[in-house]
Amino acid sequence: MAGWDWAAFRKYLLNPYLLEGAWTTVWLSVAVMAIGLVLGLIAALMRLSSHRVPRDIARFYIWLMRGTPLLVQLIIIYTGLPQVGIRLTVVQSVLIGLGLNEGAYLAEVIRAGILSVPRGQFDAARGVGMPYWTMLRVVILPQAARVIIPPLGNNFNGLLKTTSLASVISLEELLRRSQMLIQLEFKVLEIFIVAACYYLAMTTLWGVVQRWLEAYVGRPYGPSPPRPARAIEGTLLEQDAR
Amino acid sequence: MAATDPAVEAVGVHKFYGHLHVLRGIDLEVRRGQVVVVVGPSGSGKSTFLRCLNHLEAIERGSIRVCGDLVGYRETPRGLVELRDAEIARHRRRIGMVFQQFNLFPHLTAEGNVTAGPVHVLGEPRDAAAAESRRLLALVGLPEKAQAYPGQLSGGQQQRVAIARALAMRPEILLFDEPTSALDPEMISEVLDVMVALSRQGMTMIVVTHEMGFARAVAHRVVFVDEGRIVEDAAPAEFFTRPRTERGRAFLDKILH
Repeated sequence: MAGWDWAAFRKYLLNPYLLEGAWTTVWLSVAVMAIGLVLGLIAALMRLSSHRVPRDIARFYIWLMRGTPLLVQLIIIYTGLPQVGIRLTVVQSVLIGLGLNEGAYLAEVIRAGILSVPRGQFDAARGVGMPYWTMLRVVILPQAARVIIPPLGNNFNGLLKTTSLASVISLEELLRRSQMLIQLEFKVLEIFIVAACYYLAMTTLWGVVQRWLEAYVGRPYGPSPPRPARAIEGTLLEQDAR
Repeated sequence: MAATDPAVEAVGVHKFYGHLHVLRGIDLEVRRGQVVVVVGPSGSGKSTFLRCLNHLEAIERGSIRVCGDLVGYRETPRGLVELRDAEIARHRRRIGMVFQQFNLFPHLTAEGNVTAGPVHVLGEPRDAAAAESRRLLALVGLPEKAQAYPGQLSGGQQQRVAIARALAMRPEILLFDEPTSALDPEMISEVLDVMVALSRQGMTMIVVTHEMGFARAVAHRVVFVDEGRIVEDAAPAEFFTRPRTERGRAFLDKILH
């Protein structure tokens, strides 16, 4: 039994090869989140459409993505699609697979955020002559953000770790690089613990960013933590019912 | 839109919510500079009619012209067809609306609320819009509140910012949907004072309200709506002293005693 090797742990903690892998994990997460936000917004708006066809398309997309394992989706995209002539690079496959998956989850988050904005806000935006997109951009989404950001942050935290699935189709992010380094140097525990520390550092850092974001969108509403008006109405109604 | 067009020309307006027949043939013409107060029991359709005037609600039959625009529709040989979103929005620019619940944008300051329309709809430069917003906030008596968020303002102050927001679009007509109904009694007059001042400046206004004092003081006409129809349309002095219909009398008995 070799035992825990502190010197090796400290050495790998600043290993450029692993750090590069961690950087891949970061940019991949950011890129996937960006793709997911765009897809999620489109799907959320389609879900809220007054027309049936876009509603059903969005519903199908969300159902499909949330109902199948991400790992299966990635393998189908990277390994399966070449069979029908669609050849994608590893990075393309991961961006498409994770992006589509993230978009489906974010669609529901964004939809809930938009639904939390009172109807009067839509009336008032229309009332000053705002067309649909202007209304969304200037009035609705900034208010929905207050409801969207907490679960969105949760998703991003999850995403930082979910990108490790990309190692399965050989993308050299943090986990894959850890495994490759282990095959060379056999320090299994030390290297995996270093990888875990990196993940922890990334999610911790994100936690700071998220708190700052929440404070930023909550600023107009005063220092007390905001409570959605509906929740308050709900509790009053429940009190009446008792 | 020629200046000779009436401000509002509603002909045979019908509106349904599912099977509920809310508006049952409303005809109303409002000349420019007129102040029309719309009264009626709750559920009579008066607020719905107001919301139809700027196409926040679609209508099923009839037509509504505001300053010459067929609001929300275009004429075709087969009747009226609803316009696309951007064109409806264009029609709404010159129709200001003030809501019972104020509906200020809570994430924007008072100034941000007033400049939102001019900047994002009319494309005015920010500093020009901000200067105009300071003038309008002074006009409604809130020159020091430009940087305050709605959550930091009283109901009466919020409603006055909402009026400034509507004025910022330089509307041809202002619609007020029970503007004082959500206010504490001591704040009602500060909002009414602003409305009185606007009417003196010749603003065309259609006001759904229960403030009979306001109606007596500034309205050119009082329109009494009941069960989706206009039942009376008279000068305030006439309506309040000699209502022509039994329903008008019954309504006045209820609200004046």
